[in-house]
Amino acid sequence: MKPSLSRWLGLISILLGILAWDVIVRVSDLPKFILPSPADVWMRMLKSLADGSLLLHTGYTLIEILLGLLFGVCFATIIGYMLAKSRSLEKILSPYLVASQAIPIVAVAPLLVLWFGSGITSKVLICALIVFFPVLVNTVVGVRAVPPVLYDLMNSVRATRWQILLKLELPASLPVLLGGLRIGATLSVIGAIVGELVDAQIGLGFLLKVGDFQYDTSMVFVAVFMLVSLALMLYGIVTLLEKRFLKWQNRLDV
Amino acid sequence: MSLRGTRRATKQSQNFWEIASGKVRPRNDMVKTMTTNPILTVKDLNVVFPDSNGGLHALEDISFEVCPRDFICFLGPSGSGKTTLLRILAGLLKPTNGEVNFIGNQHPGVGMVFQQPNLMPWRSVMDNIKLPLELEGISETDARIKAQEMIELVGLRGFEDSWPRELSGGMAQRVGIARALIHDPDLLLLDEPFGSLDAITRERMWMELSRIWQAKQKTVIMVTHSINESLFLADRVLVLTQRPGKIKFDLKVDLPRPRNDDIRYTPHFGKLARKLRETIE
Repeated sequence: MKPSLSRWLGLISILLGILAWDVIVRVSDLPKFILPSPADVWMRMLKSLADGSLLLHTGYTLIEILLGLLFGVCFATIIGYMLAKSRSLEKILSPYLVASQAIPIVAVAPLLVLWFGSGITSKVLICALIVFFPVLVNTVVGVRAVPPVLYDLMNSVRATRWQILLKLELPASLPVLLGGLRIGATLSVIGAIVGELVDAQIGLGFLLKVGDFQYDTSMVFVAVFMLVSLALMLYGIVTLLEKRFLKWQNRLDV
Repeated sequence: MSLRGTRRATKQSQNFWEIASGKVRPRNDMVKTMTTNPILTVKDLNVVFPDSNGGLHALEDISFEVCPRDFICFLGPSGSGKTTLLRILAGLLKPTNGEVNFIGNQHPGVGMVFQQPNLMPWRSVMDNIKLPLELEGISETDARIKAQEMIELVGLRGFEDSWPRELSGGMAQRVGIARALIHDPDLLLLDEPFGSLDAITRERMWMELSRIWQAKQKTVIMVTHSINESLFLADRVLVLTQRPGKIKFDLKVDLPRPRNDDIRYTPHFGKLARKLRETIE
């Protein structure tokens, strides 16, 4: 297939999807509060953009997501590195780690909101929690997969512990670390929304709930689209990071 | 790669080394080995790896001395503890008992070439070679100049920015050799460095290594299971037995230097090869 054509395939697919949606709305004649048409959603978005509310809520949710990602990733990387280095620490912590995964995040979210209030803290915590595990697992896998012969190399030239971390372990496990970040980035969006749905006065989750209560289904659609955009944006940033730092892998077809 | 290119590279780096060290020494190796004091003395070295039935005896009562600028080869079948011995000399492993003494009682700078090139796949050829200098905290500019010089020495000009995955086995091992030499180590340790190469590339690498050794005048300890390789390269061949590894035979290789391909077809080379063959079971 010609590359010029394949580049447009994604866009064509999206346009066809919107067209199909529009056709369904017209043919089924469903009321607007059940299924709004693409035009309704578009108008609703322009309206909420104009009064500034959409950007406010989106920005708030984005901050929650980013802070959650930051704490989750930092914490998970540090703990993951320690686990990769110490089998006994792994044995001590693994029951808690497995348990933390067995409990669905939606089940703990109300608890966290109860304890930390309906402000930003509880949402950041939920995001961090949901991001924590995949990043942790990838860190452990990545650090353990560093070839032992490269440790020999570093030790034969008297590298310090710190140099081994920076010049060997970090770059060697980076592909797997970024893989974890990629999963974490999308999960973080879910975390923020779960938290906001429990209780919030601001954010896209709050917007979703308000839209739902008021039968403003177009508003719900707008909020969902914003969430998808946020997730795609974060995913795109991780992909860019991979392209930048993993040039040596010759695996650009992400 | 053109022959002329490599020859020019040798000459340049040789001059550099001589000027840098401030001493231009005569190239008569036999005299030097006899008149200088050993820089490394190994005495009654024993290595036992703990396992379920009483421990695996890898090396037994190994004693030998190494003089500056010696090229010593340990020859032995697989499982004779050759790699274990090199790991001890590199400071990667502690012996169960016995002594390893370096001159002045401090561990020397070591450059090691492994069985596999062991390059870091995320670093270019240039960045792989200058790694030891980076770890020593040498400035980026100086490290690059030195690395460029090593790249010329091992004949890899034009591949500075290549990724390791783009290199052939022989080229990758040249990078390994350049990296082992760049920080000017007191001791160069070679662990069957050409074992994974095809026969033709391997013989070409012998010539290269011989040339580099002539240029750099390093003390080299190499382990191998190839009789030809040990005779072609070394001043002295120590034969190790099957596990537990013991030194069974010590052969002085009195072939003239510099050595080229023809030397392998001389009667004397054949005689030495037969002697070694007979001591290895």
